[in-house]
Amino acid sequence: MTRAVITHSPRRTSAEALPRVDMSTSLARLELPSPVLTASGCAAAGRELDQFFDITTIGAVVTKSIMMNPRSGRPTPRMAETPSGMLNSIGLQGPGIDSFLDNDLEWLRQRGARAVVSIAGGSVDEYTRLAARLRQVSDIAAIEVNISCPNVESRGQVFACDPLAAAEVIASVRRNTAPGIPVLAKLSPDVTDIVAIAKAVVSAGADGLSMINTLLGMVIDTNTMRPALAGVTGGLSGPAIRPVAVRCIFQVHAQLPDVPILGMGGIRTGLDALEFVLAGASAVSVGTATFNDPSAPARVAHELAVALAERGFERFEDAIGYAHRTPEPHAAPGGVVAVHPVNPEDDIADGDIRGGVEG
Amino acid sequence: MSENTRSGAIQVKGEVLSTRRAGDYHVLTLTAPGIPELARPGHFVALGVGGVTSANLLRRAFSIYTVQSRGVYGGTLEVVFAVSGAGTEWMAGLHRGQQVDIVGPLGKPFMLPKNPVPCVLVAGGYGSAPMFMLADALRARGCRVDVVFGAATESKLFGVLEAKRVAASITITTDDGSVGERGRVTDVLPTVIKRTDADVVYACGPMGMLREVAKVAAAHGAYSQCAVEESMACGIGVCMTCVLPVIGADGITRMVRSCVDGPIFRGDRVRWDDVDTIPDDVYGAPVKGGH
Ligand SMILES: Cc1cc2nc3c(=O)[nH]c(=O)nc-3n(C[C@H](O)[C@H](O)[C@H](O)COP(=O)(O)OP(=O)(O)OC[C@H]3O[C@@H](n4cnc5c(N)ncnc54)[C@H](O)[C@@H]3O)c2cc1C
Ligand SMILES: Cc1cc2nc3c(=O)[nH]c(=O)nc-3n(C[C@H](O)[C@H](O)[C@H](O)COP(=O)(O)O)c2cc1C
Ligand code: FES
Repeated sequence: MTRAVITHSPRRTSAEALPRVDMSTSLARLELPSPVLTASGCAAAGRELDQFFDITTIGAVVTKSIMMNPRSGRPTPRMAETPSGMLNSIGLQGPGIDSFLDNDLEWLRQRGARAVVSIAGGSVDEYTRLAARLRQVSDIAAIEVNISCPNVESRGQVFACDPLAAAEVIASVRRNTAPGIPVLAKLSPDVTDIVAIAKAVVSAGADGLSMINTLLGMVIDTNTMRPALAGVTGGLSGPAIRPVAVRCIFQVHAQLPDVPILGMGGIRTGLDALEFVLAGASAVSVGTATFNDPSAPARVAHELAVALAERGFERFEDAIGYAHRTPEPHAAPGGVVAVHPVNPEDDIADGDIRGGVEG
Repeated sequence: MSENTRSGAIQVKGEVLSTRRAGDYHVLTLTAPGIPELARPGHFVALGVGGVTSANLLRRAFSIYTVQSRGVYGGTLEVVFAVSGAGTEWMAGLHRGQQVDIVGPLGKPFMLPKNPVPCVLVAGGYGSAPMFMLADALRARGCRVDVVFGAATESKLFGVLEAKRVAASITITTDDGSVGERGRVTDVLPTVIKRTDADVVYACGPMGMLREVAKVAAAHGAYSQCAVEESMACGIGVCMTCVLPVIGADGITRMVRSCVDGPIFRGDRVRWDDVDTIPDDVYGAPVKGGH
């Protein structure tokens, strides 16, 4: 991947005057016309958001994680607003796979939207059965495997926090999924070494990685002086977690540059999305920001295209991982710098990326 | 009962036309092109608070108080609110000309009776806000409308004078007796239902009040339509935070989203005593010893 020139700073021109950027991208074998998707659990199955923008125009709808059986979820209160974010403890409420396929997926199919189906399970067997069930249906673009679930067979240990359990789930889902359908493993940031988990699931057959899921957090209501959520703890999401997400993606892309990443965690604007892409994401999901602005996925896609054009990119794909290139020599006059091949593996030493906490 | 099915919500940039005080409450008037034509009594709007870079990401839900589809400003709407935290604090400080992002109309509206039957409208505090559009719609169908408004104290009542315009009778209760009868709306409701021979009771207010109103209505053979207020993150049906246990037509209890399946529910269908819990017999409840 080589780019002829890069302007030193974004050109401040009106969006209309900018050249069109080729926004197509791919996640493993999945070709997408746009790199912006919804995030699981933040868009239901797309129907509600279709009131606010045409959901066939975005990359894909990533559906709420579905389990084998109907599930009532956790008691309310299920959410608490936090600075630039929120905590949620929904508990994967959902109708179960059969109802999901008959109603939600069927609606997406008729609407002509691309569907990335997110699955969740309490055991390796449940994930396996979900994959087998999905094998019987056509019209799914990819499977995202939400492994941030407690494993009932391992005293509630979360799959995503254990490389062996995570790999076991992914291997089984991969085996039971049609070869043409990419399997994305969705990683939790609540681990000591996310690169190790990434490597484990990729070795087990994951075609790509979705990152990041929410971070475990807690709010105490100072009036009742009790936990604000009925579930006590909840998942933190929104712009508050964005730097954590960018760091995770940067670290994983540096080590696994050929593995496509669907990036998410606090994306609210096109520039936020651009950070993820520069860190190594091949596509992004917009989650919590949708609650603030129901048109966010479409708006972010537009803003991202403008941001890329302003920086002289003609193709979205050229920006993937661009932050990993070697430091540039002195900028040439006129704000134009010299040509650089982008090859993160060669350029960045392991120690630089892991860069332990100092001071 | 005929059902008003809504025809979708829109997102518009509103502009503040005015803010005014009404007792302990604020009344905010916004331009809202397109929303008045879609709005029905009981619908709500979700307002973005704090501007486009706000750290308060979640929208705040407010019942629609009035809508106006024509006039100098095109479509406008009004909401009535109490300051209770960061978002409503910001709203109270809004000035004419400032922008507010509006999503609406949201939710299922009140169901209206097909026949001109007597109706009682019960509200607690700012719960009276949606009752004026409702009263107009009921009167347009020839229904007799009587209202019962209650609050902790006089300054927390909203729209008493206006209620006199639309209602055949108005009964006021306050907890402290500062105006009307000392006590709760449910203390006077049985008398009003009997006196008016009401077929339908409409209610909006705190959950505890709704639970009692639903019981009183049922005990007197009246239908009840209750507007619930559950904490909401999205207001449009995508997040699953706003659920409560509601019995379906098939007799099965489900955790349903109050933002899209409500906020108006039949009082006899909500499992009031089980709100904020997952009842054992709810659809999809955890299996004992399971997840
Ligand atoms: C359908 C519906 C209609 C409503 N109509 C009105 C109305 O007409 N007038 C009025 O004054 N209030 C109304 N409310 C309540 C209003 O939404 C809250 O008072 C408001 O969200 C509080 O925001 P805050 O930032 O001031 O408080 P904070 O406590 O800072 O809010 C923090 C978070 O909790 C949520 N939240 C807090 N209290 C409530 C609550 N009571 N209900 C729902 N979410 C809450 C907020 O949306 C926000 O996400 C309604 C709520 C619902 C669900
Ligand atoms: C209300 C809510 C529900 C969620 N449900 C799921 C889910 O079912 N499956 C899943 O993999 N992630 C779920 N997530 C996590 C998001 O998909 C996403 O990974 C995370 O919120 C970070 O992105 P964001 O900051 O853009 O929301 C949920 C997040 C929220 C806020
Ligand atoms: S508030 Fe999000 S589903 Fe109701």
